[in-house]
Amino acid sequence: MPANPDRGAIDVRGVSKIFGSGADRVAALDDVSVVICENEFFTLLGPSGCGKTTLLRLIAGFDFPTYGQILLHGQDIAPLPPFKRPVNTVFQSYALFPHMTVAQNIGFGLEMLGKPKDEVTARVDQMLKLVKMEALKNRKTSQISGGQQQRVALARALAPQPKVLLLDEPLSALDYKLRKEMQIELKRLQHETGITFIFVTHDQEEALTMSDRIAVMSQGKILQVGTPWDIYDKPSERFVADFIGETNFLTAKVEPAEGGKANATLSSGKTIAATVAENLVPSGEATIVVRPEHARVVKGEGHLPGVIDNIVYFGTDTNIHVRLDGGGAFIVRQQNTRSAGSGFELGEHVGILIADDAAQVLKD
Amino acid sequence: MTTAAEIAARAERDDIRKRWLLSTPALVIIFLAGIGPLLVVVLYSFLTPGPYGDVKWEFSTDAWVGVFLQRDIFDDTLGIADAHLSIFLRSVRLSFATTILTLLFGFPTAYFIATRPERTQALWLFVITIPFWTNLLIRTFAVQEVIRNEGILNTALIWLGVTSTPIQILYTDWAIGIGMVYVYLPLMVLPLYASMEKLDFRLVEAGYDLYATRFQVLRRIIIPLVKPGIIAGSILVFIPSLGAYVTPRVLGGGKQMMLGNLIELQFGAGRNWPLGAALALTLTVIVTVALLFYVRYAAHSEQRHG
Repeated sequence: MPANPDRGAIDVRGVSKIFGSGADRVAALDDVSVVICENEFFTLLGPSGCGKTTLLRLIAGFDFPTYGQILLHGQDIAPLPPFKRPVNTVFQSYALFPHMTVAQNIGFGLEMLGKPKDEVTARVDQMLKLVKMEALKNRKTSQISGGQQQRVALARALAPQPKVLLLDEPLSALDYKLRKEMQIELKRLQHETGITFIFVTHDQEEALTMSDRIAVMSQGKILQVGTPWDIYDKPSERFVADFIGETNFLTAKVEPAEGGKANATLSSGKTIAATVAENLVPSGEATIVVRPEHARVVKGEGHLPGVIDNIVYFGTDTNIHVRLDGGGAFIVRQQNTRSAGSGFELGEHVGILIADDAAQVLKD
Repeated sequence: MTTAAEIAARAERDDIRKRWLLSTPALVIIFLAGIGPLLVVVLYSFLTPGPYGDVKWEFSTDAWVGVFLQRDIFDDTLGIADAHLSIFLRSVRLSFATTILTLLFGFPTAYFIATRPERTQALWLFVITIPFWTNLLIRTFAVQEVIRNEGILNTALIWLGVTSTPIQILYTDWAIGIGMVYVYLPLMVLPLYASMEKLDFRLVEAGYDLYATRFQVLRRIIIPLVKPGIIAGSILVFIPSLGAYVTPRVLGGGKQMMLGNLIELQFGAGRNWPLGAALALTLTVIVTVALLFYVRYAAHSEQRHG
């Protein structure tokens, strides 16, 4: 089922969460508003302490907002206890019940909802099949591996067919290969069940590969909400650009151009065409960002002249670090071709060529 | 010629001898403090009481008969020792009630402490254990002060108009029960706290998240997970309750005896050491049987929970 942009599953309105008081007062969330659509894979992305887990806990009902409303399909659920919300959580540590078997864990939610026994059994079998754990249904949760525990945690949260599934960094305890597998698995499950997933992570790569939309958070605020393409290619703020992927920051003089774009004059005096962050009228000095793979190193002057400082090879690509003549550094990422080197040498005088519209003017 | 096998065999013998040698201190302590005294008690229970206490070295089973039966002073017929039986029953009943009540009071207390921020937990535990460092006799007399007819409790009740005459609590089973619950509460709270402190409270959140109400979370998640603490606490309270001596003596006024007082009586005014020994062994048997049942039940219900 594709995401349904017309229907909001979760509508967070002006929510603040304040811990402590007086000098210890900390706003974990500061007037956050966001609409998460039905059937959407929505990711809250940010460094630890940015408030993403707090927001998740408010939606789950483990904490209550200091101010604001949280609407689930139009109904304010902020004052409801967790057991009265059709929302389930996959915990970071899985939080499987150690005194129950795999099947008992998965059936727990349904049992608490007072479903008849045969319905619980049937649904548990269905869930075991969905996460491919049929063979281990009678094992204790301490007798299965981390990846299997992860699947059980997923099945347990999905079994009561929640309206919204919350996932709190569920892949962080898995090793790299298993994490990759589970990313695909999660996407498949979300697709098959059609349940809205709200996924919390600090791993930008995970966010980019899995999400329909991403909200980037920092210091209790949501900085930007958008598709992975938006977030990566058109970051609105320095923090977003810096947090996601590698980025080159440049200072330029900008002036508005046609079509909501801008002309940016670089320190070298050359002018390039740049896109502009939403709701921003470019003028004067501004920071612009260029992704390393959107620029090229050329013999000659290019847009920015400099000297090659370092060449870092890593399989698929090579990063060329250039020290700019006007001060500052610039990284260019170029894809490797077989048997040819980077084509450049340390200390070589080169120019950097920035593709049209590869640069983005930031708000700050 | 010595073969390799012989050398290996000798090395193993030496090794075994060395291990026995190293465990000697432990074995000596186990024998001197554990098995030895128990054997002495068994031996004394089969001897004849001396006229001024102590024992005469003549074999007799009278003590064991006397535990359950008594000889009528007029016609020498044997009947059930009603007095002993009622003391056994009172001891078991009061110990059982004490265990249940300390569990009821101790569980929320331990839960409260375990859910406090880490730095204040130590303070709360300290508050719980302070009475424990105070002399038992003093604490018991303090309870007596509170519940006696002219004590704080009755004065308050009369002043509030709940009752016009003091309620007789002191020297009843109620007094012993109150005293024992007060005295043994820390023994229940500490092992419960130790279990709860290890409890992963994310499991509690997971329970709420999966539609369990507060009561269901308690019954299906918290209690099964802190069961080791419940078992340890119950054993720690039940055993000393069964043998309690000071509390029933002070608060029961010597009329409402428990097993501990009955045994003391035989070694003191009763001057019947063999009977005292036999009663003490009977107490040991009751405790052992109770423990076996309890542990078996606990293990069984563990299995039932999966």
